[in-house]
Amino acid sequence: MTDETAKVEELVHKEYEHGFVTDIDTDTVAPGLNEDVIALISAKKEEPEWLLEWRLDAFRHWTRMTEPGWAHVHYPTIDYQAISYYSAPKAKEDGPKSLDEVDPKLLETYEKLGIPLHEQKMLAGVAVDAVFDSVSVATTFKEKLADAGVVFCSFSEAVQNHPDLVREYLGSVVPVADNYYAALNSAVFTDGSFCFIPKNTRCPMELSTYFRINAANTGQFERTLIVAEEGSYVSYLEGCTAPMRDENQLHAAVVELVALDNAEIKYSTVQNWYPGDENGVGGIYNFVTKRGDCRGAGSRISWTQVETGSAITWKYPSCILRGDNSSGEFYSVAVTNNYQQADTGTKMIHLGKNTRSTIISKGISAGKAQNAYRGLVKISKNADNARNYTQCDSLLMGDTCGAHTFPYIETGNAGAIVEHEATTSKISDDQLFYCRQRGIDEEDAVNMIVNGFCKDVFKELPMEFAVEAQKLLNITLEGAVG
Amino acid sequence: MLTIKDLQVRVEEKQILKGLNLSVNAGEVHAIMGPNGSGKSTLANILAGKDGYDVTGGAVEYEGRDLFELSPEERAREGIFLAFQYPVEIPGVNNIYLLKAALNAIRAHRGQPPLDAVEFLQVVRQRMQLVKMDESLLNRSVNEGFSGGEKKRNEIFQMAVLEPRLAILDETDSGLDIDALKTVAEGVNTLRAESRAIVLVTHYQRLLNYIAPDYVHVLSDGKIIRSGDRGLAVELEEKGYDWVRQGAKAA
Ligand SMILES: Nc1ncnc2c1ncn2[C@@H]1O[C@H](COP(=O)(O)OP(=O)(O)OP(=O)(O)O)[C@@H](O)[C@H]1O
Ligand SMILES: [Mg+2]
Repeated sequence: MTDETAKVEELVHKEYEHGFVTDIDTDTVAPGLNEDVIALISAKKEEPEWLLEWRLDAFRHWTRMTEPGWAHVHYPTIDYQAISYYSAPKAKEDGPKSLDEVDPKLLETYEKLGIPLHEQKMLAGVAVDAVFDSVSVATTFKEKLADAGVVFCSFSEAVQNHPDLVREYLGSVVPVADNYYAALNSAVFTDGSFCFIPKNTRCPMELSTYFRINAANTGQFERTLIVAEEGSYVSYLEGCTAPMRDENQLHAAVVELVALDNAEIKYSTVQNWYPGDENGVGGIYNFVTKRGDCRGAGSRISWTQVETGSAITWKYPSCILRGDNSSGEFYSVAVTNNYQQADTGTKMIHLGKNTRSTIISKGISAGKAQNAYRGLVKISKNADNARNYTQCDSLLMGDTCGAHTFPYIETGNAGAIVEHEATTSKISDDQLFYCRQRGIDEEDAVNMIVNGFCKDVFKELPMEFAVEAQKLLNITLEGAVG
Repeated sequence: MLTIKDLQVRVEEKQILKGLNLSVNAGEVHAIMGPNGSGKSTLANILAGKDGYDVTGGAVEYEGRDLFELSPEERAREGIFLAFQYPVEIPGVNNIYLLKAALNAIRAHRGQPPLDAVEFLQVVRQRMQLVKMDESLLNRSVNEGFSGGEKKRNEIFQMAVLEPRLAILDETDSGLDIDALKTVAEGVNTLRAESRAIVLVTHYQRLLNYIAPDYVHVLSDGKIIRSGDRGLAVELEEKGYDWVRQGAKAA
């Protein structure tokens, strides 16, 4: 046993003794995953015992599970024992001292996205001690939310301040043993966001992780839980169009949404993690589990996502339509360029009567990228009068990329109406020539055609997000044609 | 404005243009007529800069510059406009959005500031009247689901907005009913100007009843074999292309 692990072991045992409140001064645990490491994480976060038990239960399941191999993606085997599962927020001194030390390519992207200087610094992890605008913005936001009775805080804070709510809902949508990555996340998650909208409350603003400044280092295993009580409404924005500096290669987040009677949750994501370079070197693996439970009658959950980043994306935001008359929606744009691989889609599980679901998926591939849509529409026996509409379009740029569609439909109720439409198209030379003949250069012509292709999804995004998403797409596909 | 000298063009090993000569000055309207497959669209496409053609000989000068040195978008910005014989559909791209991007790209090239939405709409409304374009076409996807006639009308509408210096209309009259033909012709006539040249590719002398050309050329087998004034078109209508071909051989 190395000195380091010995020290950790010692600390872990000490914690058990002292009821998880010991002050520990190690910042990073040695790589590897076992029950002691989990206990250490839990102790670091001063968690109640039930949560530790919950984590350990997840871990025990995980050790008996095998990594899924069915997705249309390829990557070298991940050594889970080589990952360090806990590190305290990085000391600022480790980061670049100024923007001069930041990768010029990253800065170029920030420029193109029109991100203000102070935010560029924050995103690039530059040490800044001045209080910048967004902090005060965040404070104003907090006050407004508190007035409305909305809870919006980091997951750790929620565990401390709203333990009953967390205990009631955590894992109620994505059980600990749901899948390999979800089990891993449940065992080792370090932080994330928590959001609670009380009865008959319309959340007074769009909630964005971007404004929750202390979420800056949520790590690779992020946990999000959103609960919307009866008759409430919330629109939640995850992610940021700007590429964040991030050293973790594997990301396995879990997002759980719960909508009670007549509640509505609108969840929008823009994901732009590092996709690796032109040769497919580096890049983040994004294996995320997102699920919404339309638990109450007449509830509604919609997922809108724009996925441009990551080397590998494995992601199926889903809806369980449990309440009668509930509805689920999934709007997705997934772009892959160079050597990126995406296997993404949704599951709509119809359990209640008169449940409705809509799936609009737009996949764009360029370079040598592979893009797969994988969707399941399941109508259970009791889901009388259920309806689904699925539209799945692929756009190819060039001859070396691929698009694949895997729609699965399981109907256990003869009255169900399930419609599926799929198209694959290419940006044709004639289309490009037409635009160029009108004076528009090739790059702009491609952007115009791609944005046109994605229009049905972009219109579901909140306004500013849509504008940013469009810019992002253009940057992602730069040089993809011609 | 445009001088084509001994132009020779191949497509996939097939010689299509075989030494074509044509000279067009500002203010003039030229009609090019000729049998199917004689190379009319090839000529139009090559002037606009479409890929896939090999220029194996000859030269084209546009406003004193070698045309082949300019990219398609540069040619467009320098004032060359092609009304396509078969306008392509671009799903999802708003018709008027494309047009605004085009106009602003051309304006930027000329060092003019972009038009904002309000100014642009003013131009659009005014030019729409010119070709009696249905307003509902403005906000549809480019050419998607347009009828044949609507596509042609849209091309002329774009031309009216972009105000080119050299407009090449490739069979804009085919597929139009008689009323549409009149409207489009009226539109083109209003766009006739001292500073602008128009090249009409057509099969029918009918169009030339509405747009009186200064010159008529007969293109056959990759060459202009006869040029004349309006009278030539009338004669052609009566006697057919064989008559010109015979004449060309005899000469
Ligand atoms: N990409 C291509 N590959 C092979 N042949 C081609 C290609 N483009 C044009 N051609 C041939 O070149 C010849 C001239 O075609 P073009 O379209 O210029 O004729 P046109 O005079 O416009 O005829 P129409 O009156 O029918 O429009 C035709 O024989 C045509 O088949
Ligand atoms: Mg033709």
